[in-house]
Amino acid sequence: MSFEQGQRVRVASREHRGHHRTPGYLKGRVGTVERSHGSFTNPETRAYGESGLPEKELYLVRFEDGHLIYADIYEHWLEPQ
Amino acid sequence: MRVAAVPSFPDRPYDARVERAPHDTGGRPTTERIDRTDHELDDWELLTDALVGALGRAGVMNVDELRRGIESMPPAEYERASYYERWLYSVETILSEKGVLEPGELEARL
Amino acid sequence: MSHDHDHPHDHDHEPIGHDGESPAAARARALEELLVEKGVITRESVRQGIDWLVSRSPADGARLVARAWVDPEFKERLLADAREAAAELGLNAGPSPVVMAVENTEKVHHMVVCTLCSCYPRALLGPPPVWYKSLPYRSRAVSEPRSVLAEFGVELDPDVELRVLDSTADVRYLVVPRRPEGTGGMSEDELAALVTRDSMIGVAQPASPAAAAAQ
Repeated sequence: MSFEQGQRVRVASREHRGHHRTPGYLKGRVGTVERSHGSFTNPETRAYGESGLPEKELYLVRFEDGHLIYADIYEHWLEPQ
Repeated sequence: MRVAAVPSFPDRPYDARVERAPHDTGGRPTTERIDRTDHELDDWELLTDALVGALGRAGVMNVDELRRGIESMPPAEYERASYYERWLYSVETILSEKGVLEPGELEARL
Repeated sequence: MSHDHDHPHDHDHEPIGHDGESPAAARARALEELLVEKGVITRESVRQGIDWLVSRSPADGARLVARAWVDPEFKERLLADAREAAAELGLNAGPSPVVMAVENTEKVHHMVVCTLCSCYPRALLGPPPVWYKSLPYRSRAVSEPRSVLAEFGVELDPDVELRVLDSTADVRYLVVPRRPEGTGGMSEDELAALVTRDSMIGVAQPASPAAAAAQ
């Protein structure tokens, strides 16, 4: 799924027992898409010896908590808010 | 003194109450101060780092597998291990899984 | 079992487990020997990896920052594409797919962490400090960053926007710290000497000219 700069998004709060790069402290949080970094091989499948294809788009997302947190989140972990 | 890993933070509104693996440390409550003492890498740590790089270039093990191996450590072992001890654990685990290392083969060398 | 001696004899051949060696060190050495014997990797590849790692230091990152301080157009190129900007200076930003430079200003301060492991722009800064990889830094940098900065001796004005970057994927972040006061007449090399590793992580300000001169 594709997202626009400035779009509000929610990080999925699903459990994922295998390797994934969405930190627990951000799951379920709402943030704003800052930019896209482009597409990368999927670490969740590469971690098990697969090719990591098809590539997934990676977004820099901004979260507010008094201070700001910027984290790189893959498209399949983001939902429109 | 380390605070035991807790899977949920009732006082934090954004916590989704999903169970968190030991490496998933962001936002975890802790009273531990950050030890800012720095030290150079020991020879064996440089070696371990280079082993992973060599395995990567040889197409045997990639960085995502390295991370997955580290994340598979039992929580108490993860917390107790030093940084490159985690890397070693991961390399042994992943290479054993792939059959590159036979059971007991490494132990026989020690 | 053959032992190939065509390579330069610049490493030890002590038996594994000699006195003083930690279990982890013994394990690492045994693993290397085993993998080389089995032809999985070569000793040369391991040596190349070690050589690369020990060649890395914050000096390359400092050069990028110093150039950005004296050349505003270079700075814009650095912020747009750090890899290409590094290449302009003959520097290699390393194997990570993306390296991104972020700029501290009067109003914005950036701080970098990898809560999940230890992702770090090693090609430009060298290996990460031990504290960067530690559990308390990884835990607290995202939940209480001002408290962490205070421990590092940095007090930000309350109206400065604090941005914590969590390197959760294959993007590596480099902080371009603010140019210190009183550095107007300094050469690029002199400026680079003020740019500390910790200022490029975002847990310190660069050295002041007075502090550097006192050393």
